Amino acid sequence: MKKIVTGNKAIAEAVRDAKPDVVAAYPITPQTEIVETLAEYVSSGQLASQYIAVESEHSAMAACIGASTAGGRTFTATSSQGLLYMHEMTNWAAGARLPIVMANVNRTLAPGWNIWAEHTDAMQERDTGWLQVFVSTVQEAYDTIFMAFRIAEHNKVLLPVMVNLDGFTLSHIMQPVDTIEPGDFIPPIHLPDSVDPKNPKGYGTITGPGDYFRFRWELAHSMRESVSVIEETQSEFAKRFGRTYGLTEEYRCSDADVVVVSLGTLGKEAEVAIDILRDEGIKAGSLRLRWFRPFPELDLAGKEVVVIDRDYSFGFGGVLAHSIRSKNLVKVYSVIAGLGGQEVTYDDIAGFIRNRRIGGESWFGVNDHV
Amino acid sequence: MEMDTITEIPDDEYILKCTSACAGCGDSLTLRYVLKAAGPDIVLVMPAGCTAAFQGIYPKTAFTVPVVNIAFGAAAACASGISRMFLATGRTTKVIVYAGDGGTLDIGLQALSGAFERRTDFLYICYDNEAYGNTGMQRSGATPLGAKTTTTPAGKAEVKKDIDAIIAAHNPPYQATACASYPQDLFRKVRKALTFRGPTFIHVLSPCPPGWRYSSEKTIEVGRLAVKSGMWALWEREHGNLAISAPTKAAMKKPVPLEEYLSVQGRFKGIDGTTVEQLKEQIRETFHRFREEEDRP
Repeated sequence: MKKIVTGNKAIAEAVRDAKPDVVAAYPITPQTEIVETLAEYVSSGQLASQYIAVESEHSAMAACIGASTAGGRTFTATSSQGLLYMHEMTNWAAGARLPIVMANVNRTLAPGWNIWAEHTDAMQERDTGWLQVFVSTVQEAYDTIFMAFRIAEHNKVLLPVMVNLDGFTLSHIMQPVDTIEPGDFIPPIHLPDSVDPKNPKGYGTITGPGDYFRFRWELAHSMRESVSVIEETQSEFAKRFGRTYGLTEEYRCSDADVVVVSLGTLGKEAEVAIDILRDEGIKAGSLRLRWFRPFPELDLAGKEVVVIDRDYSFGFGGVLAHSIRSKNLVKVYSVIAGLGGQEVTYDDIAGFIRNRRIGGESWFGVNDHV
Repeated sequence: MEMDTITEIPDDEYILKCTSACAGCGDSLTLRYVLKAAGPDIVLVMPAGCTAAFQGIYPKTAFTVPVVNIAFGAAAACASGISRMFLATGRTTKVIVYAGDGGTLDIGLQALSGAFERRTDFLYICYDNEAYGNTGMQRSGATPLGAKTTTTPAGKAEVKKDIDAIIAAHNPPYQATACASYPQDLFRKVRKALTFRGPTFIHVLSPCPPGWRYSSEKTIEVGRLAVKSGMWALWEREHGNLAISAPTKAAMKKPVPLEEYLSVQGRFKGIDGTTVEQLKEQIRETFHRFREEEDRP
């Protein structure tokens, strides 16, 4: 069925149809509409979940951890300060191998108070053991929720998944969505080692270096294994519902001399920029990373690369730029843009590519070349 | 008070032998009777703390019930998730948080308050050794006035936080205090708490030999002196109605001198007369409040 909804509503609709056992919810702009909509679904009987209106994001993740340890399918949503507040528990969720799904509506970190889009919140979670996916359209946000549950709960993965969508530029933007009947696309949840008094176990017990080290290796291994599960899930989704997703989304890349790499909605703006540049005779392409963890293998050999970071690691650089550099033998022009919700248009992106200084870093609109 | 006899307490043990708890540990004694009262069909949720430290090392466990470890400030929230998942699936397994005073009065207070306000169906037990024992005895909100800890080397200048009043403000169907030195009373209160739906709370004074600086064979004696002197009061509230437990009733009639309790512990060594008077005044006030509340029609 086709309808026009916001990114937040699309997430909530997909979560409803994925039928979580427990939803733990705490409001924060610009995510609030997701948990409000889920509350409505529960209240009106459209969703038979236990809805826990917790008193903080730390407790939201802790409640999901509890419910997941008891064998349930769980969901929560957050943004920005909320994500940082639950950081202790996001690490716990991944370490405990719990397939919690969370929507993170990317938002700037204070101070100063700023509710607009930025990716630094998600970047601060990149080493936690969560799978991280960044979406660029309302349809993609909707579809990815179904895939996120299936991937997280897959017995080769058993890791939490964070679905990232840009605050306001996607969370509050209305776009057409073709809804699906998921049917058995997400199999019934079956978690090994759920809490059972008949078979009592210790969960998160004190663990010596040898076993701890092995558990970390297992987590790393599952993260690597998740690549094939993601690919299998995306291809099954395409087969059933007709929409194709990859680990990345490439646009006019194959013959490109210069490729712009980005995350989230900037990737859609970039596609318009590419068309403009192609009309000018510049052989440019766009590579949008959909999955950020696991970080996809890319083929950028022989190309110039412009990376847009809507985040920053102080004393180091753009996180995405450094990720690209560290995994690929290419020289990068690093553009820091869009922090604090700074507007970045396709014309701006075309400018980044035209004026690229490979090897350098620029802060868009502030200090164009460092 | 009901006539309690030791014989009604089952012989079943849910803590295995030779844990790494300190000799004379009031916390492990408390847990032993909590588990005897609760039986096997439970899940224990445990934040960081002494009990988490003596639970055993993977792949072994010192307990014969499931134990879900969780971060220091998150026990009540984690228990909320388990409890609601059990509700969703119709499971009657009881969810019991077993948390220390740091994990309850300090870092876990927000999650605790939220879970009580949401009427989470669980029993929250705070074993109170009046400091951060597992990290070597730093002050907590539960440390009493005048007690020395590693972060109050001259004795704590502030009074103990009244967590029971905070819990009472959440109007739980049942709350109680207990002490590891009175196992029958503790056993009965745990049994009773588990008959209620909704959030219930038991605050258990758990004497700590290394932290309170007394020799390990005196745990029972120290706990009894706490009650007999009035430094610790035993009572329960069912739907808000106060019932003073027998040992505290006796203490209200004729308390033993507070000095008897203080002098057996190194943590109160060198406490000045003014501070002792303040503690005595607190006890008188507590007893006065109890009498007033009991006399109210």
